[in-house]
Amino acid sequence: MKEDLLKVVGIRKWFPITKGVIGGLFGEVIAKQKYVRAVDGISFEVRKGEIFGLVGESGCGKTTLARVILRLTKPTDGKVYFENRDIFSLRGRKALLKFRREAQMVFQDPYASLNLKLTVQDLIFEPLKIHKITVNKVQDLENVEKALEMVGLHWTKDFMDKRPPQLSGGEKQRLALARVLLLHPKFLVLDEPVSMLDASLKSVILNLLVDIREKLGVTCILITHDLTTAWHMCQRMGILYLGKMVESGPVENIIKSPLHPYTKALISAVPTVDLLTKGYKIIDQTITGQVPTAIDPPKGCRFHPRCPRAMEICKREEPVFTETDENHMVACHLYT
Amino acid sequence: MALKVNNLRTYYFTFRGVVKAVDGISFELQEGSILGLAGESACGKSTTAFSLMKLVSPPGRVVSGEALFEGDNIIGMKESEIRKIRWKKISMVFQSSMNALDPVFRIKDQISEAILTHEGIDKLEAEERAKEFLERVGIERSRANDYPHEFSGGMKQRVMIAMALATYPSIVILDEPTSALDVIVQAQILKLIKNLQEEKRLSIILITHDLSVISAVCDRVAIMYAGKIVENSSARTLFKHPQHPYSEGLIGSFPRLSQPRHSRLISISGAPPDLIDPPKGCRFHPRCPRAMEICKREEPVFTETDENHMVACHLYT
Repeated sequence: MKEDLLKVVGIRKWFPITKGVIGGLFGEVIAKQKYVRAVDGISFEVRKGEIFGLVGESGCGKTTLARVILRLTKPTDGKVYFENRDIFSLRGRKALLKFRREAQMVFQDPYASLNLKLTVQDLIFEPLKIHKITVNKVQDLENVEKALEMVGLHWTKDFMDKRPPQLSGGEKQRLALARVLLLHPKFLVLDEPVSMLDASLKSVILNLLVDIREKLGVTCILITHDLTTAWHMCQRMGILYLGKMVESGPVENIIKSPLHPYTKALISAVPTVDLLTKGYKIIDQTITGQVPTAIDPPKGCRFHPRCPRAMEICKREEPVFTETDENHMVACHLYT
Repeated sequence: MALKVNNLRTYYFTFRGVVKAVDGISFELQEGSILGLAGESACGKSTTAFSLMKLVSPPGRVVSGEALFEGDNIIGMKESEIRKIRWKKISMVFQSSMNALDPVFRIKDQISEAILTHEGIDKLEAEERAKEFLERVGIERSRANDYPHEFSGGMKQRVMIAMALATYPSIVILDEPTSALDVIVQAQILKLIKNLQEEKRLSIILITHDLSVISAVCDRVAIMYAGKIVENSSARTLFKHPQHPYSEGLIGSFPRLSQPRHSRLISISGAPPDLIDPPKGCRFHPRCPRAMEICKREEPVFTETDENHMVACHLYT
């Protein structure tokens, strides 16, 4: 039984909706405070050394959840344990800095994550300075070169003098990854790391991530809306819908025997390049409608308005996240 | 045949040099079929569409070539002539066009506007048709009075499709119609496109970099690289037996649910070339795992290898 590096328990993140001038004047009297319930009670564990996928469409809360996990924002409710320590009760600069070094993130948009004014050289040494892990010039250079090599970039005077606008999307994403690897993190959150890259570049970066995990044994959460990426990269995954986790477990089990109707819809909606050779027909089984608002989610099971198998109980009661098979968990009245 | 394009060349005359964005491409669009125009960024697929609609802005210009539509060559037509075709006979849904909806006008007014600009019917009739087409794309008629911000991304994209269809064109060009959308919404839009093709015998050109979208709806595919078409065949043949090394690489770089997990994805080394000074000979040779001596010197000719399967590659000549 592998140990858990990360344990997320009952996380809720609700964003209050500002009432505006008129609302503010009459606030207490007329309007009840409304919230965007971005994450509404999610619990799961990530085992040491694995890549755990957080899969869902826009608005399901996956990025907000990741930000809570990395302590970039406080949860409205719930706890996050990293190596059995409650990250929200970490006190003192030293403890916090240590956590930040051990838990890092690679963002979706390579264009937005690097300071345009700095050169590649500045950018690659920056993490060492911020985390005060510089040793001496020679050792630092060696570490930097190693990190660059790991992501497939080469130290040349030309390259080091460039600034982000002069780099390609792939180079930017690799640089962002190298900066993170320099810190030897234990835990990495990858937020849609390849969704903004071209097809041939996607595969290069995905192969790279697989290599990195194998060589360094980093534990990862991979956030994606693309099931085929999750299939390819992750050992286990959780499917999110409107702030809740509806199914989780080993990737093979979920893809081969999906339980939740939303998971089935997601799988059948994914076009893959072997559709024609395998004779699948994706577009016959798609569900109708779109994801409702997180401000006023449907009562009972949030998926019931769109669910092809909704029953009476689904409209009234929220299903509980329970284990059906080994490690396979689902929140659905069909299975309770 | 709905459209026949011959040797189209569109260049951008910039300060840095002449960018040969589209450099001699030829293809046919069969009536009632969906042709996928696939390739990575900057391969020339959007420029091809703009060239057909006389929408290439300076410093770009269609330099040579013809596009035969209903017996006429629409390349080189005067603005007044192409206006009779644009949107009336050939319409287009642009990339991320859902962001182009005017936030201060109601949806029904924006669709009506498209109709009224091209037809002399009265306002009420146009509004009625707008509502009819909204229904056709799966949006309730009552929503016609809403403003764009009340619609989700997928709904806005459907509005753009409704707008492109409301004038009963025979050809519709869709540029990345689902790239900003979630997977379930994407499946709904793809289903809509397929239904429209079947119901109305529309001829469709679908431009995208996403090969999995192509495999879901297209009958034929033309793969573009650096301003050239490198392979053109039926979709089934392309995915089963790709011939051009670039096609092979591109298909292999998409992870798929039937592949063993954690296997290495094929990746094509290097990056697409600078179109101002493309490589001599075959443009793909610097990145091609099967490049030969001749590839560095001579450009391969686009030839038929199998029935209706054409490739530009020295491996097959």
